[in-house]
Amino acid sequence: MLKVNNVYKTFNKGTVNEKRALNGVDLELKAGDFVTIIGGNGAGKSTLLNSICGVFTVDRGSIVIDGVDVTKLPEHKRAKYLGRVFQDPMMGTAADMWIEENMSLALRRGKVRGLKWAITNKERAMYKEMLSHLGLGLENRLSSKVGLLSGGQRQALTLLMAVMQKPKLLLLDEHTAALDPKTAETVLSLSEKFIAEESLTAMMITHNMNDAITHGNRLIMMNDGKIIYSASGEEKKKLTVDDLLKKFADLSGSALANDRMLLSK
Amino acid sequence: MSPSKTHCIFILSSRKVNIMLSFISSLPGPIAQGIIWGIMAMGVYVTFRILDIADLTVDGSMATGGVTLVMLVTGGMHVGLAVLIAFLVGCLAGLITGIFHTKFGIPAILAGILTQLMLYSVNLRITGQRANVPMSVDKYNILLSLRNLTGAIIVSAIFAGAIIAVMYWFFGTELGHSLRATGCNQNMARANGINTDTNKIIGLILSNGMVALSGALLAQYQGFADVNMGRGAIVIGLAAVIIGEVLLGKIFKNFALKLLSAVIGGIIYYIVITLVLQAGLNANDLKMFSALVVAVFLGIPYWQRQIAAKRAAKEVDG
Repeated sequence: MLKVNNVYKTFNKGTVNEKRALNGVDLELKAGDFVTIIGGNGAGKSTLLNSICGVFTVDRGSIVIDGVDVTKLPEHKRAKYLGRVFQDPMMGTAADMWIEENMSLALRRGKVRGLKWAITNKERAMYKEMLSHLGLGLENRLSSKVGLLSGGQRQALTLLMAVMQKPKLLLLDEHTAALDPKTAETVLSLSEKFIAEESLTAMMITHNMNDAITHGNRLIMMNDGKIIYSASGEEKKKLTVDDLLKKFADLSGSALANDRMLLSK
Repeated sequence: MSPSKTHCIFILSSRKVNIMLSFISSLPGPIAQGIIWGIMAMGVYVTFRILDIADLTVDGSMATGGVTLVMLVTGGMHVGLAVLIAFLVGCLAGLITGIFHTKFGIPAILAGILTQLMLYSVNLRITGQRANVPMSVDKYNILLSLRNLTGAIIVSAIFAGAIIAVMYWFFGTELGHSLRATGCNQNMARANGINTDTNKIIGLILSNGMVALSGALLAQYQGFADVNMGRGAIVIGLAAVIIGEVLLGKIFKNFALKLLSAVIGGIIYYIVITLVLQAGLNANDLKMFSALVVAVFLGIPYWQRQIAAKRAAKEVDG
């Protein structure tokens, strides 16, 4: 479903701020794979996801989604293959627009937007039905501005918008990191539910090593723009947080000195 | 009370009544002008409020609309067709700003200034290097004129109404929604497959078309077009938008009504201008007055936030 071949990306080349963000990344996902991604700050996790989305073009290598080489496609043209949820709950929705307007924008992801009326009554009924499954009471607030919702509600809505037009690949970039623990749990279990029900191929960055172990069928660990460890199937199921910390120390030559990760242990 | 005193009061109040009457009798002029500038303000609304771009092209495209119309009508063209062409020429100006902004990577404000400067030369080309071109209502069959204020109000109101209807429809379509999303959150728009660059260009085209149309109506109203007639137009447009929002924002929630509030803002702006001119303000100081009014109204929401933040900080201290 996804092939990332030998991808390199350096930011601010030739300046004092030069940063090698991706340093030869290879990754292949089969349809239905759900991979969790862990690693320290600046390891290249978000850069990897953003390079798949086309937020920038990569310096070298290629990215193929479901047989289509998207390496040179602009961000908005790749969107038809991708569902995305960002770390910042403000980023995935249009705050000044209503819930139903946001959903109608997401429903047309990858389609030509013409001069037809933006929302039909049939769609409205469908949105109501979909929202009721979130269990957040949003189904009666179709014409509320999204800016009035809480961070957790917005993130759940973004998630729904990312999957309502089935994506080839769902990309979750620390999408629960900005939420309180209880809301984070709700959003995470919703993610799990959508991925299972639609048998989606998904990538999830997380700083919570327990979540990285319990969710998905594969796990990768990144450091200095490279994938330094990868586990799947039985091997992944047997992992413990201590295993991961030890692996990181062995493979990177330094401790996984990230307070957030240690706190969430 | 002595007879002389009552006499005095009578004179005073009759003077007041006279001022009042002269003000009321001078109202139709500012109302007509206000509606014409309100059409311009709706164009500003599209860029400033929907796309979140401050587009300074309008100072040029307003005059372009005016001079295009006058040259075409005095050249013998039917006025309806001339208005349409003025609209299209304005669209072209917006396209150029859009290309400067999205394809040259120039910040939107600077892109608009560049086009505005270009348009000054273009406008002089259109007029044949004349700063001012007249068009007498006696000689040409035009849609409105300040000689017939009632007619001018009706015609400009019909144009404003038609534009509100078309805009209401357009921003209710799939494409219109994607424009709104572009102005609201570009990350979200792109993640949902929206080409934000194309949408910004479409918005700038629409906006400047409306502004040029307003210029074409204004040229007919005043009976001439001037290459400087758009100077400071952006400030008047912003004033109309902001006055409309401050006064009607709480009650007008519907999109069509929000556009209407920009037109009402334009009318109020011109009534206030008429008042301050009658009160003795030098006409040459008007631009200073307008700019200060806009600066203050733009500052109000910022000050409100600061005061709220200070209060919140005090509550924490207490």
